[in-house]
Amino acid sequence: MTAISPSAPSTAVPSTVAQPRGFALDFVAQQPLGAASFVVILAMTVAGIFSEWVAPYDPLHIDFAAILQPPSWEHWGGTDAYGRDIFSRIIYGARTALVISLTSSFIGSTIGAILGIASAYFGGRVDDWIQRFMDILLAFPIIVLALVVVAALKTFILFGIDINLIIAIAIPIIPRVCRVVRAAALTIRVMPYVDAARAAGYSDSRIIFRHMAPNVVAPYLIMFTAFMAQAILLEASLSFLGLGVTEPTPAWGLMLSGNAADFYREAPWMILFPGLAISLAVFAFNLFGDSLRDYLDPRFKV
Amino acid sequence: MLRYTLHRLLLMIPTILGVVVLIYVMLQILPGDVVEVKLRGDGGTVSQEVIQAERQRLGLDRHWAVQFADYMVGLAKFDLGKSMRTERSVWEEISIRLELSLQLAIMATIFAVLLAIPLGTTAALMRGTWVDYVVRIFTIGGLSIPSFWFGMLIMMVLLHFWNWLPPITFTPIYVDPVANLTQLIWPAMAVGYRYCAVVARMIRSSLLEVLNEDYIRTARAKGVYEKVVISRHALRNALLPAITVIGIEFAFLIGGLVVTEQVFNLNGIGKLLVQSVANNDFMIIQGIVILIALTYVVVNLVVDLLYAVFDPRIRYG
Repeated sequence: MTAISPSAPSTAVPSTVAQPRGFALDFVAQQPLGAASFVVILAMTVAGIFSEWVAPYDPLHIDFAAILQPPSWEHWGGTDAYGRDIFSRIIYGARTALVISLTSSFIGSTIGAILGIASAYFGGRVDDWIQRFMDILLAFPIIVLALVVVAALKTFILFGIDINLIIAIAIPIIPRVCRVVRAAALTIRVMPYVDAARAAGYSDSRIIFRHMAPNVVAPYLIMFTAFMAQAILLEASLSFLGLGVTEPTPAWGLMLSGNAADFYREAPWMILFPGLAISLAVFAFNLFGDSLRDYLDPRFKV
Repeated sequence: MLRYTLHRLLLMIPTILGVVVLIYVMLQILPGDVVEVKLRGDGGTVSQEVIQAERQRLGLDRHWAVQFADYMVGLAKFDLGKSMRTERSVWEEISIRLELSLQLAIMATIFAVLLAIPLGTTAALMRGTWVDYVVRIFTIGGLSIPSFWFGMLIMMVLLHFWNWLPPITFTPIYVDPVANLTQLIWPAMAVGYRYCAVVARMIRSSLLEVLNEDYIRTARAKGVYEKVVISRHALRNALLPAITVIGIEFAFLIGGLVVTEQVFNLNGIGKLLVQSVANNDFMIIQGIVILIALTYVVVNLVVDLLYAVFDPRIRYG
């Protein structure tokens, strides 16, 4: 977002952010690491959407003739104790991770943002009550709050997805987004155009959604990306503990749980690859969120 | 200062009360109950009457309001109730595991802080160079690598090169310090990596901020050695915000312990929480959660008070 100056080198990089093409090129030029992480995210998304075409094997196919095989040309990631192809399970695992983290991060960030804006807009009593409630939710580490929700809701499967797992991951995100968005919305609350909208007699919900919400999009996007990373990590942790995604659904955390630890010696690839997949995915989202923050708003701190 | 402390202590009460009510309400909508899990756990068929009798014995058939009132009265007497499964008191179940988890948390903190200070400082001083980039990748790695997988990698390496397996039982430090430390140093590293990353990032950014302050320019202008400027003028002030992060991450370390204790087969608070969630033992879940929230608010208070001690500009009325 540098100002156009005559001395600026005349490269193909335009300085305006308004045009989508300019935005993308500008981002790549300013944040090469962020662009690289975006490529990883893109690859993961492709693997998740087109798993059927990308994966060489059926992730659920049990083959007792090929158990615990080391990585080879046939099985890039080796096979597990049931002879299932680990590389294919990781490809399908990307789908599980993306579906759960995308929905939970979206639900959590959106509810958090709405509460944050409402808190800033109404102020007074409403603000007090919302913030007190958020304080309570903030007194727990993310995973502990998610565990409590898991304990309270158990599993509820719809279209092959555990809805309650998504809720359990979304709830700890709400207060964290709420706080940041509230701070951003407080500065917007005093803008003349909000006063103008109130003077024009617009309803509260119209002002919140049409006038204030568009102006907190930057912090919202940054938080959303950052919590994508958290959600992937959280889903993997819960599945690892046996309280998240259940067998036989391919999920990265699940591949490391249960008796996976019995194969440290015989089949280290069973441990190595799923963990690498989690780390790479979370790393990419973290780095992308970081770069997005530096690019959109260098003073903004999560 | 004393008045402020008392005021803050009073403010803790509604938060803790809110936590208790929230957790209680959430766990009350729990569908399957502990009695069924306990009696039918191993696939046996148990008649409805037996289950009903057991519920009655544990007082689970009473109206929820009565149960809640009962729980609150107990809480006022620092009684967290009994485990629904083992029927030992919740406090007993927690306290026998507290020593291990607490020692692990302290070791992880020492590891994290000792590593984070030099990392964060070098990254800030060499901002924009390759060193800064390496530290940035190392710290984002700490936020990205799941601690349970990092723990598994450590175990794999130890097993491969030294044929080391985690001992089945825990040796307290006063019994055999060497056995105790060799057992806990690895899980402490596994949870400490993330902790270290968070603190190092904080130190880097706050040091960068401090280095722009007027008093740093003044110190340099009057010819103070750069080394002294960094260590005496800059680092001291930059560490202040880091204290907040160190404190809050310490209170939240239980989150890391939940998975790490599973990997290293340690019978601590984290493992107890996971087991209780799997068993629907909501008395224990409640007990642990209340203790976590209590730790969090107390640590928050201590951090705020430490601020006043270290920063003479801050005085609480």
